[in-house]
Amino acid sequence: MERRSFIKRTGLATAALWIPDFLKPLENFVADEYRNLVIIQLSGGNDGLNTIIPFENDIYYNSRKTIAIAKNTILKLTDDMGFHPSMTGLQGLYNDGLMCVINSVGYPNPNRSHFRSMDIWQSATDANEYKNTGWIGRYLDSSCSECNHPYLALELDQTLSLALKGDTKKGIAVNNPQQLYNQTREPFFKQLKDLATDNDHDNVAYLYKTMAETYASAEYIFETNKTYKNDFEYPKNDLARQLKQIATFIASGLNTRVYYASMGGFDTHVGQLNRQENLLKQFSESVTAFIQNLKSTNKLNDTMVLVFSEFGRRVNQNASNGTDHGTANNVFVLGSALKKQGFYNAAPDLTNLDDGDLKYQIDFRNIYASLLNNWLKISPGKILGKSFDYLNFV
Amino acid sequence: MDLKNLYHLYSRAGFGISIRDAQKLQVKNKNEIVDLLLSIEGKQAYLDCIQLDEMPSGEQMKSLSKEEKKDLGKEARNKIQYLNTTWIKQLVTSPAPLLEKTTLFWHGHFACRIENPYTIQQLNNIQRQFAFSPFKDLLLAVSKSPAMLQFLNNRQNHKQQPNENFARELMELFTIGRDNYTEQDIKESARAFTGWNFKADTYEFVFREKDHDDGVKAFMQQTGNFNGEDIINIILTQKQTSVYLCKKFYRFFVNETIDDKRVAELADYYYQNNYDTGKLLKKIFTADWFYDDINVGVNIKSPVEFIVGLSKSFSIIPPDDVLLKFQRALGQVLFYPPNVAGWPGGRNWIDSSTLLLRLKAPSLILNGGKVDIVEKDDMPEESFNLPEIIKINPDEKSFYADVKPDELIENMLMPKLNAKKKNILSGNAGTNKQLVLKIVSMPEYQLC
Repeated sequence: MERRSFIKRTGLATAALWIPDFLKPLENFVADEYRNLVIIQLSGGNDGLNTIIPFENDIYYNSRKTIAIAKNTILKLTDDMGFHPSMTGLQGLYNDGLMCVINSVGYPNPNRSHFRSMDIWQSATDANEYKNTGWIGRYLDSSCSECNHPYLALELDQTLSLALKGDTKKGIAVNNPQQLYNQTREPFFKQLKDLATDNDHDNVAYLYKTMAETYASAEYIFETNKTYKNDFEYPKNDLARQLKQIATFIASGLNTRVYYASMGGFDTHVGQLNRQENLLKQFSESVTAFIQNLKSTNKLNDTMVLVFSEFGRRVNQNASNGTDHGTANNVFVLGSALKKQGFYNAAPDLTNLDDGDLKYQIDFRNIYASLLNNWLKISPGKILGKSFDYLNFV
Repeated sequence: MDLKNLYHLYSRAGFGISIRDAQKLQVKNKNEIVDLLLSIEGKQAYLDCIQLDEMPSGEQMKSLSKEEKKDLGKEARNKIQYLNTTWIKQLVTSPAPLLEKTTLFWHGHFACRIENPYTIQQLNNIQRQFAFSPFKDLLLAVSKSPAMLQFLNNRQNHKQQPNENFARELMELFTIGRDNYTEQDIKESARAFTGWNFKADTYEFVFREKDHDDGVKAFMQQTGNFNGEDIINIILTQKQTSVYLCKKFYRFFVNETIDDKRVAELADYYYQNNYDTGKLLKKIFTADWFYDDINVGVNIKSPVEFIVGLSKSFSIIPPDDVLLKFQRALGQVLFYPPNVAGWPGGRNWIDSSTLLLRLKAPSLILNGGKVDIVEKDDMPEESFNLPEIIKINPDEKSFYADVKPDELIENMLMPKLNAKKKNILSGNAGTNKQLVLKIVSMPEYQLC
């Protein structure tokens, strides 16, 4: 459905009467086509080699004597690569041409600390560079200098990740629209939020402005979310809850460009087989439900999903039937508007390792640059600080 | 000293001051009070939470199984949490607030994040020991500390195979700042720090001569077979180092918005006085301009300033899990800086979520509410595993029932309030407890 007409029909245009000035729908964001980006962060370092398995590779089986995935159970996709057996849902999406797998994604001088590597992915910097802002935050900074709408980038959490913090603008963390709404409706808060002054250079004004924006955003998100009742069936887990909420937001016509969801638990040093199977099953089922939900609301064409983890794991398993922190990893992109379906590139080269770790072939910022330029239609130069070639998956 | 100025001084040189304490100090003049803040004889409390014999030796480490190592990691994290809450409480109760505040400044300046409770405690004590000393003494001690040697990989900086991490951060973050050195300077100075190491069992600095590259290095237009200390000396002869440091002092202690002229004055002074930090602080806090309106109530409290200030104001010590949970939710956990660059500070502290929590938390803490914060699940090895809902026991005794409302407002809110805001606060007269709960819920309470 075309965005502009959608807004008119659902009454947001009339609603403009009660929406404060700075919250009116953004005409400049309502381009010819309205596009969302949904980012799913797998925290802890998902073991990519047991997710997308190079089942014809002896090195793989030799390196993982007790935790390799048995060949006959693998969901085969190509002559030499297949999914973990618990990802039947994703296999269906793959077969329908709704998924692109990019192998060997990483960055130079990889850092094996969770928090530091996550910082690098979220801030989109070199490994030896420290930025206080994230790539989505800088997207907010650059995309629209005169508007201040935290909900343009929305994280399904109680606190906001670095990824969504810009220099002058920040996204908003919303775990539950009702809860956020209630938090902001306390009488004293209400009384204060109207006391904002205009002096922008002053921190007092900055606090009042943030408060007023939060107040208004909470209301806008709550009211908009109510306009769509989502009956689609999802599995019962936290990622599914987040994704269902995002699908509801999208279907309700929320003016959000970037959604951020996350799932933890992938730090499988010990007893990996069962743990990862369970996690990948939840992940696959949740994402599959989400994609089908988007399809059912006609929003799949407008949505691109990016899935990443802060690092992959070492090729050799450890002595506790697990894997330790590694480097390069696979990244998934899902959507119906993909230009490249299936595998973007070849399986990682297990003969050419860097001290037991995969060497990256594609810098993750090439993927960001492609999504920014080709999908969100904004020049990534300022956001990423340097130039990265675009990949043709989108 | 005027009460208003006294409040300002203590909000920057400490974590605030109660009305009662301020009234006692009021009879002294500015110089006397600043001298008092700087006199720390007998008031230096070193953190002493972790003893050397609690740490496993290198030999023991080798024989541990994966599971045992994992347990050890958990234990180390528990100890760092203990260190964290012990320090927070010390910040609240210390008789030497400026010393602790300056230690907090160095904690962010020489930011270090490693999972070794003993060496991280050692580093914190170095930062306290040399807090007011000439900067060179502090810098040398930090550079030789096992925590920093490990964190910035100087242990891997070998004669045959230099590692540049320490040399780079030394210049980029600790001393002179970006664009004031070349990549060649980093390469050459990294060689000068080869051989700087520590003993794995005693955590004492050791200079391994065999691993030291004593060849000729060309560094910042000088040539010689420099060692690490020579490199530090050369960096300190650059005026820019003083400018870089004074900018940081200025942002932290005076104003997040830099006044170039003032910073230049301070940088001259610091440089001429052998980078004596105690003297510099005295210069700042006795300057008339420090008390100008433009510098009062304009900085955003860091989460630690916020938590400590609140606790101090109301003579409460929240339970450990509350202290940890708020630090994490507000984005500043002591001993867990985001990276070697430290906490960015200022407006970076504030987004919709943190502001909501900051506005809400004080009244919850003071009024016995429940704090419901779910921990983010993205730090698998550093998760605190705190209860999701924390019930806080109210403390009824310190709501200043005997103090006039205007005095309470002046004491707790640093920025000037306009008439409307004043009216909201004291308009419909209630008890002082009601007033206090409103005061701490004002956005102005976030500023110092």
